[in-house]
Amino acid sequence: MTATTKKQVHLAAHFPGVNSTTIWNRPDSGSQIEFSSFVHLAQAAERGKFDFFFLAEGLRLREHRGKLVDLDVVGRPDSLTVLAGLAAVTDRIGLAATLNTTFNEPYELARQFASLDHLSAGRAAWNAVTSPDAFTGENFRRGGFLDPSQRYERAAELIATAKEVWDSWADDAVVADQAAGRFVRPGAIGEFDHRGEHFRIRGRSTVPRSPQGYPVQIQAGDSDGGRELAARYTDVIFSRHSSFDAGQRFYADVKGRLARYGRTPDSLKIIPAAVAVLGDSEADARERADQIHLDQISPQGAIAFLEQVWGRDLSDHDPDGPLPSFDPDVEGTESITKGRVRHTKDPVAVAQQWRDLAESKGLSIRQLIIEVTARSTFLGTAKQVAAQIDHAVQEDAADGYILVPHLTPHGLDEFIDTVVPELQDRGVFRTEYPHETLRGNLGLEPVR
Amino acid sequence: MTEHLHLAVALDGAGWHPAAWRLPDARPGDLFDAAYWVDLAQAAERGGLDLLTIEDAFTLQSDHPFRPDDRTDQVRGRLDAALVATRIAPATTHIGLVPTVTTTHTEPFHVATKVASLDWVSGGRAGWRVQVLRQQAEVDQFGRRVLLDRSQVASPEDRQALSRPLFDEAADAVEVSRRLWDSWEDDAEIRDRPTGRFIDREKLHHIDFEGEHFSVRGPSITPRSPQGQPLVVVLAHHVVPYELAARSADVVFTTPHDAAGAAAIVAEVRAAEERVGREGRPLLVHADLLVLLEADRGRAEAARAELDELDGRAWRSDAEIVATDPEGLADLLADWQAAGIEGFRLRPARLPTDLDAIADALVPVLRARGLRPAGYGPGTLRERLGLGRPPSRYAADPHPERTPA
Ligand SMILES: Cc1cc2nc3c(=O)[nH]c(=O)nc-3n(C[C@H](O)[C@H](O)[C@H](O)COP(=O)(O)O)c2cc1C
Repeated sequence: MTATTKKQVHLAAHFPGVNSTTIWNRPDSGSQIEFSSFVHLAQAAERGKFDFFFLAEGLRLREHRGKLVDLDVVGRPDSLTVLAGLAAVTDRIGLAATLNTTFNEPYELARQFASLDHLSAGRAAWNAVTSPDAFTGENFRRGGFLDPSQRYERAAELIATAKEVWDSWADDAVVADQAAGRFVRPGAIGEFDHRGEHFRIRGRSTVPRSPQGYPVQIQAGDSDGGRELAARYTDVIFSRHSSFDAGQRFYADVKGRLARYGRTPDSLKIIPAAVAVLGDSEADARERADQIHLDQISPQGAIAFLEQVWGRDLSDHDPDGPLPSFDPDVEGTESITKGRVRHTKDPVAVAQQWRDLAESKGLSIRQLIIEVTARSTFLGTAKQVAAQIDHAVQEDAADGYILVPHLTPHGLDEFIDTVVPELQDRGVFRTEYPHETLRGNLGLEPVR
Repeated sequence: MTEHLHLAVALDGAGWHPAAWRLPDARPGDLFDAAYWVDLAQAAERGGLDLLTIEDAFTLQSDHPFRPDDRTDQVRGRLDAALVATRIAPATTHIGLVPTVTTTHTEPFHVATKVASLDWVSGGRAGWRVQVLRQQAEVDQFGRRVLLDRSQVASPEDRQALSRPLFDEAADAVEVSRRLWDSWEDDAEIRDRPTGRFIDREKLHHIDFEGEHFSVRGPSITPRSPQGQPLVVVLAHHVVPYELAARSADVVFTTPHDAAGAAAIVAEVRAAEERVGREGRPLLVHADLLVLLEADRGRAEAARAELDELDGRAWRSDAEIVATDPEGLADLLADWQAAGIEGFRLRPARLPTDLDAIADALVPVLRARGLRPAGYGPGTLRERLGLGRPPSRYAADPHPERTPA
């Protein structure tokens, strides 16, 4: 081989979910809950040789102004349960479940992931999220027990404790030797015994060591604490820094933290969320993107967005009219929307910025919301999008992307059928799965 | 006309006899592989069985009632039963899938979501065997609660009194689940373009459960599942769990040892229903049996003796052990049916051997006697058991329950 080997792209498929970007009102918007929708997307992604299929999680239905959010998709099944079902209808694609570190206990969680890893023959992954808010806590035994400042301490200890559980059976514990009458090797089932700040547990696990040893560990927090956790423990980061410049900054920051933990840059894959809009030409793609954004931001949805920043009822405003002339209610923004990860840090400044933008471009409320929320990471023909992805990965803006479609369940079909072959032609994406386990396909070292 | 019996099979490891894994037809090296469980489920479906159960526990199997042991000559280890059930679901079409899930240390919200999700994945075939865990070892695995020390308690009555709070907690956990399963009305998803609304939020309900052990606000994160209320089952050996079943379950698995005992248990279950003020349908009372089937009774007894020899002692169990031929077992089932038992959960001594015998030898005999239907009809697990699809308790104007003719 003469050509230098190019860095390989990793791809994952995000099931479109409880989010304003999921379009539910088109004739081709399918069920968000029927198992067949999950099967379609997972099998399509496997046809495209994606690394893994990804499910997000939300443990409390979101509320806005004291009422359930009704403008976006609402409702989803349990991630691990769906993935165990998908293991039956796929062979190679990884199966990643988001599970909260605050409202789960280590033994039970470790047991479930090890079980999924057995049942999928080595394809399980765990995206650890902290979401410790008291609002979510109202659905659980301990309520909002955890001070949010401790969220990553508990998360780190939970991951470490889960590893102790996964390590408690020796690799070759089950011998099933009928003639000798020996099912397990003597001494091969050890005890886990963890004494820590957040957990004090001990015992024997019921689950033999699973094919991957540990499920692939993913992390999605963005704060310094989240990045440290990732640098220390995780195999993959799911980030929201999908643009080229932000991607490079995030990449350099996180990979730079690895040496401190004795890890190589390759041992942590950075895979931001990304949206790709395709067309027969660039102009066609742009037109399609515009239509997608209109479908995503309904008139009512635009007002709800605005209310998140203004912190008060704006239902008397016309979505096709101008922005409010008054400033946000700073008190109100703390509590107006619950169960959603908040991004607005300074509502007054954001409002000012939005008003300026609307004024200079002559935008209505709805047009403004589309302007500030609509984002496609990659846009163009299949060839162009493949080139953009390749470029971003070669230039260390990412190691690959978790593609978030806006339609269930067909939203990635076109990408898989047109962009994946282009990436393969460029020599940056696999044509077959090289390994049986997800860990192998991600190019990660086996555990121990 | 003879009433049909309900028929279930209980899957666990290589079978319920501790030495079953050592037999030539056993697959002890496959117990942690999906293909093994799929094969078993497909065999059960071949026999037209109504449902299968999957055993589970947080502690490792042990010869000692309260402590781990260090035996290496028996099967040790289990996968999470709810995940095994879901893994089986896409590979089967009709059979009900009833994993064991504990209430003692788990989050009721997670459990309810899991069972509802199994119902979605299986298209209306999910159930849940509610399990209470009472060992110190389990407490240590979770590290979050204190149990009273059972070793200090001598009499069975005292021991029952000790476990009562755990059963009360289990009843609360089922209540939370049932409310969560109803917390979305069936037609809550509207996708109304003109108003931009995905759901009609008047049709989603906080459940506001407040109990001694936990409170849960709701609503569920999962829409109402195909069965509306997945099947809830309790295995019960005495009065405290009979009452849990009467408060919470649709089906109770019991362990009579003869027809007279079966009649007595049915009477006890009915009395428990009376005491707790059960409303609606009475419990379906099923009986558990350990079965070892051969073409004739002599061979069956010899097979049992051979297993006992391998294990080094006589097999004992909570349920009656029956080593016989298909005709003999069919006689027994008919006999107990006359005593008021409506269905049976057969625990195969050997897997897959006795499951194959159930599907291929016992079921044809039962069909010939009119005790089993010729095959699966349409409908969900609940519907097959004659339990219909209950409307959501929160529906303002519940449609009348669809009752089978
Ligand atoms: C891309 C991305 C995806 C996330 N997905 C979820 C999710 O599915 N469920 C959830 O509860 N939290 C989710 N989170 C929240 C984070 O895991 C984390 O709890 C939150 O960002 C707060 O931590 P931080 O301050 O470190 O960002 C996500 C965060 C990011 C950046």
